[in-house]
Amino acid sequence: MWEYSDKVKDHFNNPRNVGEIEDPDGVGEVGSLACGDALKLTFKLDKEGRIADVKFKTFGCGSAIASSSALTEMIKGKTLDEALKITNKDIADYLDGLPEEKMHCSVMGREALEAAIANYKGEDLKKKSTEGKIVCNCFGVTEQQIARAVRENNLKTVEQVTNYTKAGGGCQSCHPEIEKIIQRVQKEMLAKEIERRKLEGKKLTNLQKIMKIQEIIEGEIRPALIRDGGDIEIVDIKDNKVYVALRGKCTACPSSQITVKGVVESKLKEFVSEDIEVEEVKSEEVF
Amino acid sequence: MKVIYVDNNATTKVAPEVVEEMLPYFTELYGNASSMHYFGGQLGKKIIEARERVGALIGADTSEIIFTSCGTESDSTAIFSAIRAFPEKKHIVTTRVEHPAVLNLCKYLASNGYDVTFIGVNREGMLDIEEVKNAITDNTAIVSVMYANNETGVIFPVEEIGQIAKAKGALFHCDAVQAVGKIPINLKKSTIDMLSISGHKLHAPKGIGVLYVRKGTKFRPFLMGGHQEHGRRAGTENVPYIVGLGKACELALQYMDDENTRVKYLRDKLEEGILKNIPRTLLNGNKEHRLPNTLSVSFEFIEGEAILLKLSDLGICASSGSACTSGSLEPSHVLRAMGVPFTAAHGSIRFSLSRYNTEEEIDYILEHLPGVIEGIRDISPFWKKEYKKAV
Repeated sequence: MWEYSDKVKDHFNNPRNVGEIEDPDGVGEVGSLACGDALKLTFKLDKEGRIADVKFKTFGCGSAIASSSALTEMIKGKTLDEALKITNKDIADYLDGLPEEKMHCSVMGREALEAAIANYKGEDLKKKSTEGKIVCNCFGVTEQQIARAVRENNLKTVEQVTNYTKAGGGCQSCHPEIEKIIQRVQKEMLAKEIERRKLEGKKLTNLQKIMKIQEIIEGEIRPALIRDGGDIEIVDIKDNKVYVALRGKCTACPSSQITVKGVVESKLKEFVSEDIEVEEVKSEEVF
Repeated sequence: MKVIYVDNNATTKVAPEVVEEMLPYFTELYGNASSMHYFGGQLGKKIIEARERVGALIGADTSEIIFTSCGTESDSTAIFSAIRAFPEKKHIVTTRVEHPAVLNLCKYLASNGYDVTFIGVNREGMLDIEEVKNAITDNTAIVSVMYANNETGVIFPVEEIGQIAKAKGALFHCDAVQAVGKIPINLKKSTIDMLSISGHKLHAPKGIGVLYVRKGTKFRPFLMGGHQEHGRRAGTENVPYIVGLGKACELALQYMDDENTRVKYLRDKLEEGILKNIPRTLLNGNKEHRLPNTLSVSFEFIEGEAILLKLSDLGICASSGSACTSGSLEPSHVLRAMGVPFTAAHGSIRFSLSRYNTEEEIDYILEHLPGVIEGIRDISPFWKKEYKKAV
């Protein structure tokens, strides 16, 4: 038995905007009978280019129907650009969450919306939907679709990818390939995050810089050292110089210099600023 | 809200007579049957009585009954026993439609040095006996085939299969958890060497099962430890549950006629009513060779979980082989093995009745089901109005 939220139950039992618009401005069809769920979305625009009316027909389970119904409510009155900003996560949030195994229902909603808008814009849907290599042959899921789900939902495991895209839910032979996509996208995301942080770092005031350094040492470096029986403490920060003292096992550790330069300094360089230098202050110097 | 329980292949209501018989063995007669003192030792008689009652239902001698904790334990015990008793034999034969208790164990063995043949079924869920014949070799340690399928109710020709196994010197195990108590079984005249029973499928509680082992069958225990069950299944005897299962078997024997007449009539009425009044609906499984209580149907162009949710709101408890109900993404392995058309594979519903169902309940289902199906079909992009006529 699934734990569905009251909102999911409501949208399943009283689905909004069921049907098909005659002579629609855009039509989006995704999924198939064989796959176990499918959604047909039709919409009409008003003079200002806003979605005046939208209707859906869905083949699928309770959460697929609820996700479709929620989507139609969410995009009514929006411009196409606004509607395109909606992610699968937004749909799930609107419904007060979906069971993890059912997240692919919300992805189907977002895909149908994109297909319908592409159809309106006259883009070649077929070409668009088959773009990219098919990774999961059982459910016909492309590398692009998987990468996008990983990016938008910060997915980390194959199981999560299956929950969100269905990819890997059949014969499972594509699991190694999905694993590779996850690693690649996660790496890209990390690189972007680092880039973003660096950009931020350049604009930091002195106070912000000190707080950032604290945040990284407290949040990312200390827990790892504590796990190994050691600890670290910030003694002082002067301009770009950070003085730290190692504690516990770290003090006697012959590789403490590597810890200071290789781990602490490189982390701070990565996330705060290239100019940072870290120096270890021996205990006797502190007291 | 009234509950109409038609999911008896999943589990059953414990018969009130069973509960009544069990109760004294929790707080009054709570001894250990292995004790030397009379207080505990007297329970041995009750266990023997339970063994006799189980034996009477399936035509077995009391020495052939081993009490276990569940059907899955019985299945594991049987298969591991066979491969340990015949370590030189590295081949296993089973079917693609077994319960996971057998199927997943066989898959595990297949990736651990065993060669496993998984026999397929046809569109009606029936086994091809020729395929079984060709599969069994001198190297086959065990053939494990279910008596009746849990999803479709289709009954397999187990005696014929047992004969073939015997001729090749292989042991024959039969997972009969769905069959025992629903159709007459007589192991006195049988080719079955080992047979699994699950208590909660025949109105005993969950947590008790039986493995029947024919006299003279080479056997190796699965649980090792104490001397219980003549050293064939260690672990303190679960006295109240053993007593309960004995009573449940006695009742099953009494109700055997009812099951095959009245319950079968209700099932047939439900089947006819559904197929007659709801267009584009398919029967899953062979109509003749089937358990009297089971009905599996597929409603085309819609998905099973949505149907179950609507039925649940009406108090009707059934189950589905659809992907979405289980959290997997593909329809059940049974429906896939049968090659159910893709328009119908996701829309299967199983109704499984018991002696506690009434004609009013069947009428209630028949009254409400067409509306439920129509409502969900109205939302489906694949449903077309013209299908309505095609009953």
